Amino acid sequence: MSREAMMASIRESLGRTPGQAISAPPEARIRIPDVDEESRVGQFLAALEALNARTFVAPDAASARQYVASLTLGKDALASNAPLLRELGIADLDGVRCGITQLDALREHAARCDLGITSADFALADTGTLVMFSSVEEARLISLLPPVHVAVVPRQKLLSGLDELFALNPEPARRSSSMVLITGPSRTADIEQILVRGVHGPGEIHVVLL
Amino acid sequence: MKEITAIQPQLHPALDNPKLQLAIYTATGRLVDKRKGTVAEESLPDYQELRSQANALKRHAIDHLDYYLELFQRNVEANGGKVIWCRDGKEVVDFLLGLAKQRKSKVLVKSKSMTTEEIHLNEHLEEHGLEPVETDLGEYILQLAHEKPYHIVAPALHMTRYEVADIFEEKLKIEREEVPEKQTQIARGILREKFLEADIGVSGANFLVADSGAVVLVENEGNARLSTTAPKVHVAVAGIEKVIPRAQDLATFLKLLGRSGTGQPLTVYTSFLAGPRREGEIDGPEEFYVVLLDNGRTKVLRDADKRQALFCIRCGACLNICPVYRRIGGHNYPWVYSGPIGAILTPQFEGLDKNPWLPHASSLCGACGEVCPVKIEIPRMLLELRADIEAEKAAKGEDKLEKLGFQAWARLMSNPMLYRAASAAGSWVLQDAGDGGWASQLPFFLNAGPTKGWLSQRDLPLPAPKSFRQLWKDRLRQPPSSVPVRQQDATDEGHSA
Amino acid sequence: MSTRVSIFVTCLVDQLFPKTGLAMATVLERLGYSIEFREDQTCCGQPAFNSGFRDEARTVARHFLKVFADADYVVLPSGSCTAMCSHHFSELFRDDPAALYQVHALEPRIWEFSRFLLEVAKVDDVGASFPGRVTYHDSCHALRELSIKQGPRTLLRKVRGLELVEMDTAEECCGFGGTFSAKFAELSGAMARTKVESIRRTGASAVVSIDSSCLMQIQGAMRREGLKVQALHLAEVLAGGAQ
Repeated sequence: MSREAMMASIRESLGRTPGQAISAPPEARIRIPDVDEESRVGQFLAALEALNARTFVAPDAASARQYVASLTLGKDALASNAPLLRELGIADLDGVRCGITQLDALREHAARCDLGITSADFALADTGTLVMFSSVEEARLISLLPPVHVAVVPRQKLLSGLDELFALNPEPARRSSSMVLITGPSRTADIEQILVRGVHGPGEIHVVLL
Repeated sequence: MKEITAIQPQLHPALDNPKLQLAIYTATGRLVDKRKGTVAEESLPDYQELRSQANALKRHAIDHLDYYLELFQRNVEANGGKVIWCRDGKEVVDFLLGLAKQRKSKVLVKSKSMTTEEIHLNEHLEEHGLEPVETDLGEYILQLAHEKPYHIVAPALHMTRYEVADIFEEKLKIEREEVPEKQTQIARGILREKFLEADIGVSGANFLVADSGAVVLVENEGNARLSTTAPKVHVAVAGIEKVIPRAQDLATFLKLLGRSGTGQPLTVYTSFLAGPRREGEIDGPEEFYVVLLDNGRTKVLRDADKRQALFCIRCGACLNICPVYRRIGGHNYPWVYSGPIGAILTPQFEGLDKNPWLPHASSLCGACGEVCPVKIEIPRMLLELRADIEAEKAAKGEDKLEKLGFQAWARLMSNPMLYRAASAAGSWVLQDAGDGGWASQLPFFLNAGPTKGWLSQRDLPLPAPKSFRQLWKDRLRQPPSSVPVRQQDATDEGHSA
Repeated sequence: MSTRVSIFVTCLVDQLFPKTGLAMATVLERLGYSIEFREDQTCCGQPAFNSGFRDEARTVARHFLKVFADADYVVLPSGSCTAMCSHHFSELFRDDPAALYQVHALEPRIWEFSRFLLEVAKVDDVGASFPGRVTYHDSCHALRELSIKQGPRTLLRKVRGLELVEMDTAEECCGFGGTFSAKFAELSGAMARTKVESIRRTGASAVVSIDSSCLMQIQGAMRREGLKVQALHLAEVLAGGAQ
């Protein structure tokens, strides 16, 4: 079998024997900067705006709902099953479909609708990143197929950056089969290095920070 | 020197096309500037520490590759996925053909993967009646044009919007469109259908995470996410060297990869994929395979020093900064990996005798080593490969002329008396050949070999009428103050004999 | 502290640009060093090393080690040759402990000229004067193997009457690369022309470097392209103007 042949060849090249112990790996390098919440919010918003994402800081639930309502007006939207979206009344807005747990229905709606609405498990302040774990609450396609993605994120979910994310989630695979980091709208520069947004993923992202 | 004529014709196409050269130079220059901005002290103060950490992690993982691949396999299986070991491209093709047959599928969506380029996967699948579709915009354009990637990160770097318009018009039978935004939308529309139609999505892998059994994909367009989410089956094809020990190590690698490649602190999408859809999850593939490809890698591992070429995370920074890549472009390199990293990977994969000129096609400026995020000593590897190549040639008795030349030169340079005699003879022969110490041409009997190469491009300095050692002797005979040290008026250029 | 300096003028300077060697000696003498030139010196071996001919490079490097074994300081008007001696000799002799011992013993005494001025002689103003606008070309091996970036600029800024302007491709290779310049002549020529155009844009009357090999490439290309700009070694500028 190829596995045995490859393993034998690797071990021969490295001068190792089956089951031989390894030396300790370099210690993982995790450095969490000390950034207060106010600065995180500032960094996060600045990073998002630099990426051409729209931001809205909602002082309360009603204003968050109102902002999202202004985006869904007259549109066909698909919301994830995140409890937060129900709590905020976003799931009940006109034109918003919510509560899908079947794959076929999800694919059909996500491919057709104008707008996908999700929450996020975390957000990274320094890079303006949304972190999404796949689950019954968050389907992967909602932040991917529609041309516009709206994410509603409580500010407590705002981490300083990658180091804090991996400190809190040293093994993301334990939690979900998929963790996706989203940093701004889908883009390409493949033709003459001209920046074009919205290639395969959403070309427009709105982040509502609670 | 036979070698000169053997090499030169290969490099002509890009060198003879000033427009193309300028386009490449400008495009890579932009990437160089962007990278510089994001790794600068004020943006990433611990950049150098991160590079050292990335190097140490890669070295550790590669030196214990058997261990980490086993760990990776166990964890992929624990996540409900499967690992397929393939020694070469044929085994990968056979596996995918079997999978396609079993699932009765014809269309495979593919996200950008240099590893699958290495084994010409698309061509082989097409031969068997399947329809692999590249979904990265640049790769899609190249697939339509039947070209190989020009650049590891920016595959269609050499193409203009007008060439893209030509290709779309001819291959897609659509009305001519020259605006990149609109061209992108055309591709999006066509590829969206393919994503929803395909049963199998094939991706590469930027990292294989051993402690998680996960595949990590880094991209900007969203095509890798779609290829790995929409179809029922996800197959990641990865070189065995892609394994890293822990998920936490991504805190190091992700900070370096986007910055080095495109000057982005993070690319738009980073997918951490650990197996098929789980109970309770709504979407994601039903089946998850990781194909571990050898294709010559275990052979490269044999050299404990030069195996560092396998540390490469394919960011393309060494291509962008390389004055050679920036002049000759990606298609002058013999294999899919171009630029400095290609120059040290290709001979190790394909054999030293196949493209012996490649490691020599460098001015050894060292810029590649300086920007490599995992600190591969590319310039030193080039020197090592040059030595290996010349040793192999000597053993086989090939290309004796250059060897004989250097042997004679070494004798001269280690024998001061001979050296002095030769020096005196040289300046006697050449001193009157030029103007002000420089020649723009030489008599035919001197215009040969390296001299001819030199003179084809620039003027040649001639030996000084008196060498330094002669002048020094003269100087010792008189008080130092009376010796003119700089005769600026003697010539209009100054740095002359 | 010794004031005896042995100069290694490099084969290129000896044969083609002897004035560079004389200028270096003059600057060092003005600073109070007594200069010796060891007649038996030839080359550092770099051409063979870079071409992959290690046996031949070792033969020449051994000769270098023999010639300079007991020197207090060896000062070179070349970043490239300095890097060869202080970095690559140890690679060349990695399987020869006896030679490696000699290499390590000599390494700390090998100095590139500009660095010697700043770090051993500890002067940044040698009393030179040079009228006009000058641009500095970073030679690759000095920049990347020896980390010499600001030193030569510091020295140039102290020269009376000299205005230092940066070219936009200061750190980009001139395309010399030893035998590369002849084996890949067109490629090397294309790189040189980029450099020449960059120099042209500065409006400088002279381009300065600390490597004669780069200067040979740049000046050869400037002549061919019809750009009347002087190509000078740093030593030549620093030797200019009476104290």
